Amino acid sequence: MSVLEKNHFFIRKLHSLFGVIPVGLFLLEHLYTNSFATQGAASYNSKIEFLQSLSYVLYIEVFLIILPILFHAFYGLYVVYIAKNNVLRYSYYRNWAFYLQRITALITLVFVLYHLWALRISSALLGTEVTFNTMVQHLSNPGMFAFYVIGLLSATFHFANGLWAFFINWGIAVGVKAQQVLGWVTGILFVILSIMGLQGLFAFL
Amino acid sequence: MSREFIHLKVKRQDTAETSAYWEEFKIPYKPNMNVVSVLMELRKNPVNVEGRKTNPVVWECNCLEEVCGACSMRINGMPRQACSALIDKIEKSPIVLEPLHKFPVIRDLKVDRQVMFDYLRKITGWVNIDGSWELGRGPRFPEKDRQWAYQLSRCMTCGCCLESCPNYSERSPFIGPQAINQVRLFNAHPIGQMDREKRLDAIMGVGGITDCGNAQNCARACPKEIPLTVSIADLNKDTTLYGMKRWLYK
Repeated sequence: MSVLEKNHFFIRKLHSLFGVIPVGLFLLEHLYTNSFATQGAASYNSKIEFLQSLSYVLYIEVFLIILPILFHAFYGLYVVYIAKNNVLRYSYYRNWAFYLQRITALITLVFVLYHLWALRISSALLGTEVTFNTMVQHLSNPGMFAFYVIGLLSATFHFANGLWAFFINWGIAVGVKAQQVLGWVTGILFVILSIMGLQGLFAFL
Repeated sequence: MSREFIHLKVKRQDTAETSAYWEEFKIPYKPNMNVVSVLMELRKNPVNVEGRKTNPVVWECNCLEEVCGACSMRINGMPRQACSALIDKIEKSPIVLEPLHKFPVIRDLKVDRQVMFDYLRKITGWVNIDGSWELGRGPRFPEKDRQWAYQLSRCMTCGCCLESCPNYSERSPFIGPQAINQVRLFNAHPIGQMDREKRLDAIMGVGGITDCGNAQNCARACPKEIPLTVSIADLNKDTTLYGMKRWLYK
């Protein structure tokens, strides 16, 4: 038995956990920080400066953000691959959510890789400064703005629906009714996060 | 709804190796038929719509009251039992019959469902009571547990849950909801629970419970209305706690 096979249960659980902690928590922080753009350039820039000035910022970025995202994303690609979707034959709401979870996984991965390159890696390598004005410039192209809207909605859906699955995969929401109510709660969470994210994005227009 | 004929469209396959083909039939209508009795009628006079004599369609059936699972097939695209598929309640014409496609076809509508019985063996899907001496009376099954456990015990290994599960396919090693549900059933049993950890171990490897993606088609497809998704969630709790124990007691 290979190492992967031997630790299958642990790896799957880690994959589920990482989606919420730390990656999901980072998404919440990120959308909240971005929402300061609605209060104007000065407010937004001060929050960015604060985050950049955190102690151990590089370690936080590598070990609490990038590595968990990479693990979640690349193991997730295998999870996406092994599903044989059948939404047209069994067009139930939960089956659609299962399908969308995989579609949004792929969109979010492409979006995050680009986003990471454009606003973090290039700034580390080429010294591009990240400020309110950089974002205004970055999003001035309508195609790019649309790409960000799609990327944002994919990420919020993937997080909210993934949180629903998380509560089931860890045996917290067990009964039919509990799972249904959880579906509503995470659905509302998707709407709230999407609105917050869109308000942040539109503030750069 | 009055009709003269029942129009059947059957996906046929002569042997396990040959490729499938479609054949259509018109069977004289009688009231109160089900798909099994239509296929029996067809067997009396196996002539297709082109008027050509052909081999009668092969299928399996046994109990004729939706408790054995043998006559499971896809009827108008959806997995269900042919015995409880009443012709007078099916509006669509032709009625399309296909074998379950997640299992190897033996011939026509007959498939090999052996893999599900292999899974039951893998998870110790029974209660161990054999010993070399008299064991005496076992503990009683508490009534409040018996009520929900009875629901789980209604599984007839028909395969509808596996048929509809997007994570159950040749691409994935997932064993599917059928066997996982039986882990919950036998772990609830007062004697069965003596093998509790063995059963949990059996579903914590590759293709085990973690490979469920919560599409939840299984609970919809189950003709016995077994709360399969609840069984999976409940065992998610048990395997998580047991997984931690397995780790910390090492």
